[in-house]
Amino acid sequence: MSVLVYIESPKGHIKKTGYEVATYGAKLAASLGTDAIALIIGYSSEASDLSKYGITKVIHVNSTQDDAFDAQTYSHIIASVAKEQNAKVVILSHSANGKGLTGRLAIKLDAGSVSGANALPDLTNGFGVTKSVYSGKAIVKYNIQTEIKVISVMGNSIQPELNETTANVQQVSITAPTTKLKVVERKTSEGIVPLPEAELVVSAGRGMKGPENWGIIEALAKSLGATTACSRPVADADWRPHHEHVGQTGVAIRPNLYIAAGISGAIQHLAGVNNSKVIVVINKDPEAPFFKAADYGVVGDLFEVVPKLTAAIDKFKNS
Amino acid sequence: MNLLVCISKTPDTTSKISFKSDDMEYNSDGVSFIMNPYDEWYALVRALEITEQQGGTVTVINVGPATNDIIIRKALAIGAHDAIRVDTEATDAFTVASNIATQAKLKNYDIIFLGKETIDFNGSEVGAMVAEMLDLPFISYATKLDVAASLSTVTRDIEGGEEICEVDGPLVISAAKGLAEQRIPNMKGIMMAKNKPLEVVPAQNVPQRVLTSKFILPPAKSGVKLIDPENMDELVRLLHEEAKVI
Ligand SMILES: Cc1cc2nc3c(=O)[nH]c(=O)nc-3n(C[C@H](O)[C@H](O)[C@H](O)COP(=O)(O)OP(=O)(O)OC[C@H]3O[C@@H](n4cnc5c(N)ncnc54)[C@H](O)[C@@H]3O)c2cc1C
Ligand SMILES: Nc1ncnc2c1ncn2[C@@H]1O[C@H](COP(=O)(O)O)[C@@H](O)[C@H]1O
Repeated sequence: MSVLVYIESPKGHIKKTGYEVATYGAKLAASLGTDAIALIIGYSSEASDLSKYGITKVIHVNSTQDDAFDAQTYSHIIASVAKEQNAKVVILSHSANGKGLTGRLAIKLDAGSVSGANALPDLTNGFGVTKSVYSGKAIVKYNIQTEIKVISVMGNSIQPELNETTANVQQVSITAPTTKLKVVERKTSEGIVPLPEAELVVSAGRGMKGPENWGIIEALAKSLGATTACSRPVADADWRPHHEHVGQTGVAIRPNLYIAAGISGAIQHLAGVNNSKVIVVINKDPEAPFFKAADYGVVGDLFEVVPKLTAAIDKFKNS
Repeated sequence: MNLLVCISKTPDTTSKISFKSDDMEYNSDGVSFIMNPYDEWYALVRALEITEQQGGTVTVINVGPATNDIIIRKALAIGAHDAIRVDTEATDAFTVASNIATQAKLKNYDIIFLGKETIDFNGSEVGAMVAEMLDLPFISYATKLDVAASLSTVTRDIEGGEEICEVDGPLVISAAKGLAEQRIPNMKGIMMAKNKPLEVVPAQNVPQRVLTSKFILPPAKSGVKLIDPENMDELVRLLHEEAKVI
């Protein structure tokens, strides 16, 4: 038996979430007394890097092709490798593409599945997998009943951990049946870390008064190397692009640091951010509900506090 | 066009969360339930817009007990033509998907719509399962959908960007913000909903693959530490030395 980890490699590059699931798979395999095998699909020169994270074998499928993701094709490939390697657990990222794969793999492999796991499985009594539910207000523990299990792991739930092995990379070619889906265009913004993967996020709300004032937020984000986000009314009013909107109806994030300026902290906003490790709230109203969910708070006018914080960060970085 | 929209019921986000039976069960006493916003605001409304422009019917389906009829009537009030309720407790994604797929096979739906996820459990699993059971393409997190004859052009969210896909023929899509604008049911819709067909069908018995073993409340925050607005060096120091996040 084995644990199979599917590693995403958009444009040939393994992202941090790829090393997170590699670490997750390696640790799980160790507790199960078996091997962690990584699977990577499409062209990439980074396949062998996975051996640094406790992976003992890498299966590189169709390494001469580019990575045109199609959930039907990819799930066919992952399921056939899983069967061939006698995988009892299949691990993947709870990413945009992972969301198209988890359910399909569960059906193909007759497996029970949990999506968005927030920690390593608890093997003390059956096969327990936890995830955060009810807008972060509770954690549920599931017990997977089936022999084969599929788990997708929420980003930033586990840190990549170095554990050097001597993995060999095996090149395999698999032809999947053709599908009806055609990707016509893929647009991604280069340079900035997308919100679901960002470790540092600077966010602002209606307290900013208008879109023309966002310079101070961008400056703070730049100093920190953070990604910017916003509350929903701000995106609705087109002050900021829609993909920046976090919360129940927007993107759910779990960065290490979330700085919120001029956001009141309504429950629907908190739903998307309260799994952040550390929350800093800047608000002029000491009664703002966000302070209850915060680790650090600054009661003050954001137009004064934010530039001072940026200056302090710059000073810290240069020291 | 025959369109199928999968709708689910979730507690309103503002509800207080508590558990009973030794933390094994969600305590729904006094909780108000709503139709999952992604299903109602985006999936259902976009399906209605398409049939308004091109003709056809919108059927809504829910896997759940009779207490779910309230959200089904709401979907009918917003404009759905008819409804199916598969009479069983929705226990896990596999049970729900199996029952939806069974009903979907009885008719040839052109497009099956779901919400991107339920706001209580954030599974994002049912759509991919239904698509796999029906051997159809599935496009998750759709923010735009145009349909011309049998060709659907869909924009979907991916990390840090978006992707435009085309599918010729039937497909399954999950709806995210942007796909449509929320509609509020009017008095006429509410009156008409009372007479629209709601078919209750027995569930297919499938073994549950995943059991809930318990709920755990997350550790309470230790309370906010307030920092003097004049002393941002102190905040930076704490973020570096105490919180270790920068
Ligand atoms: C079903 C539903 C879903 C929703 N989904 C989301 C979601 O996904 N995401 C989301 O964000 N919201 C969502 N909302 C909206 C949410 O309820 C709040 O209305 C919204 O989050 C408020 O945004 P805000 O904090 O930017 O604005 P406000 O609530 O207006 O707060 C502005 C804050 O700025 C402070 N402020 C003003 N001036 C200054 C200053 N000079 N310096 C410092 N502080 C200042 C004020 O004290 C106030 O606390 C949803 C609502 C519903 C009903
Ligand atoms: N019990 C149910 N009945 C009908 N549709 C459902 C049910 N549960 C989930 N769905 C649909 O599946 C989508 C995704 O749910 P989930 O995979 O559980 O996050 C929801 O937005 C609904 O469209």
